[in-house]
Amino acid sequence: MNPYLSLRNVGKTYPTPKGSAVIVEDFNLSLRQGEFVCLIGHSGCGKSTVLSMVAGLNPLSSGEMILAGKKIEGPGPDRGVVFQAPCLLPWMTALGNVQLGVDQIYPQSTRNQRREIAAKFLTLVGLGDAVHQKPPELSVGMRQRVGLARAFALDPRLLLLDEPFGMLDSLTRFELQQVLIDLWNENQKTALMVTHDVDEALFLADRIVMMTNGPAARVGDILEVSFPRPRGREEVMAHPDYYRLREYLIEFLEEHAYPQQTPPPGSAKPQADAASYHAMVEHARVPVGND
Amino acid sequence: MKNFRFKFDWVVLPAIGLALVLAIWSASSETWAGKLPSPGQTWDKSKLYITEPFAHRGVQDQGIVRFTLYSLILVAKGYALALLLGVPLGFCLGLSDFFTRTFDPIFQILRPVSPLAWLPLGLVLFHKNEPAAIFTIAICAMWPTVLNTAVGVRSIPQDYLNVARVLSLSRTRTLFSVLLPAALPYMFTGFRLSLGIAWLVIVAAEMLTGIPGVGNFLYQEYNSGIFEHILLCIITIGIVGFAMDRIMSIVENNLKRVFA
Repeated sequence: MNPYLSLRNVGKTYPTPKGSAVIVEDFNLSLRQGEFVCLIGHSGCGKSTVLSMVAGLNPLSSGEMILAGKKIEGPGPDRGVVFQAPCLLPWMTALGNVQLGVDQIYPQSTRNQRREIAAKFLTLVGLGDAVHQKPPELSVGMRQRVGLARAFALDPRLLLLDEPFGMLDSLTRFELQQVLIDLWNENQKTALMVTHDVDEALFLADRIVMMTNGPAARVGDILEVSFPRPRGREEVMAHPDYYRLREYLIEFLEEHAYPQQTPPPGSAKPQADAASYHAMVEHARVPVGND
Repeated sequence: MKNFRFKFDWVVLPAIGLALVLAIWSASSETWAGKLPSPGQTWDKSKLYITEPFAHRGVQDQGIVRFTLYSLILVAKGYALALLLGVPLGFCLGLSDFFTRTFDPIFQILRPVSPLAWLPLGLVLFHKNEPAAIFTIAICAMWPTVLNTAVGVRSIPQDYLNVARVLSLSRTRTLFSVLLPAALPYMFTGFRLSLGIAWLVIVAAEMLTGIPGVGNFLYQEYNSGIFEHILLCIITIGIVGFAMDRIMSIVENNLKRVFA
């Protein structure tokens, strides 16, 4: 099956006075339609850069991106973006914020129809009673619910989530992960999400892409997460594979806690240990490449 | 106790300040400034203009509120033109570095030029008094609007611009749904400062052109030797300017609550 989204040899370099800084290099990734993929890696490794390039907010330095058979050039409402900060316009109501996008997608519909679509998605995220409130009157968690509603209401080909729950307390984060997974269960959107929360990735994703540390970050490893769907948090955490996968992710992150070129003295792990982890999940690996 | 404190701060202290100024004024007119009318004389000669504020006894002799209204109408015209020119200029400055590099030096040179210098140019350009006065008010008053609008546009959070971009909002939609509301609080600071300047310019504009109004009345009464009316006009101009500034800052604060 052809990949729905494919990133081919994507790279990003920024010019600096000391020559060009390579942020991301030779980044290759393919997503099937309806697949939920999480990108994890350390802060500053370039995972948000990849996401913003897919969103079209940040031009590529090299490589190309194909979404549903079409090359991605610039931003567009076929991709619903949920930002780390909710990024709502504070002078508009929750409804107005969601409708701003809906207006773009359904220009031929009447005003009332577009209003109803916006209101429907706000109801789905649990804000049916707060449609006429403005962002400053809403809690941070509620604002991010509006952010989710805005992205899903676009009926996008691709959902892009940039650490959307990073600024929430853990209880609210659990709630919103549930809201997200409920919405996703209904809509089965192809989704690419950046996170650094290992449990969040395991709960949400079909595959978890681990990025190596920058500079010149790329795909380090990919983990298949085959917990049955629809998922519940308890079932996922009680699954016999859960801790093995979790350990594997954490192991990867620890290995890449420092730039690869200069492993700090004393942090070298027993080589056999790491190798055995690799062996253990070898079957779960998906070839990384164009096709 | 709190109520007492409020009265003390907002009633008693200002009253003491007013009494002190009146005392210095009286003492001055008694001693070193022989031609300065005392507060009492000023009131005696002015009360007709205050008690019959809308009277129209002749072109040069009208109630003080009537004169003030003439001035306000002229200011409104010049101010409207200032905003009409200043907002688009400010947007261009805020959105384009190219535009800024090209025109900012010129703006910085024109900005400090006095209304007294612009007015003759206005007369040369437009041949008539009123357009010249409106031109002068506009060109002097627009700078705070230009600069504050530019700052407002530049300080629009990148987040809002990203939202506009990912939703692919059209240029007009971006302007009216995102840029304008996001910059509005700053713009309004500019509007308030511009109105203050427009009101400063009116006196000079009316003096030099002879358009009836409170500034023209002031100058004409100076020429007629009725110095009490100079003071009446100064107090009127001050009160009106203060009131306009208060109203504008109330609107400004409300906007900041809604838009930021």
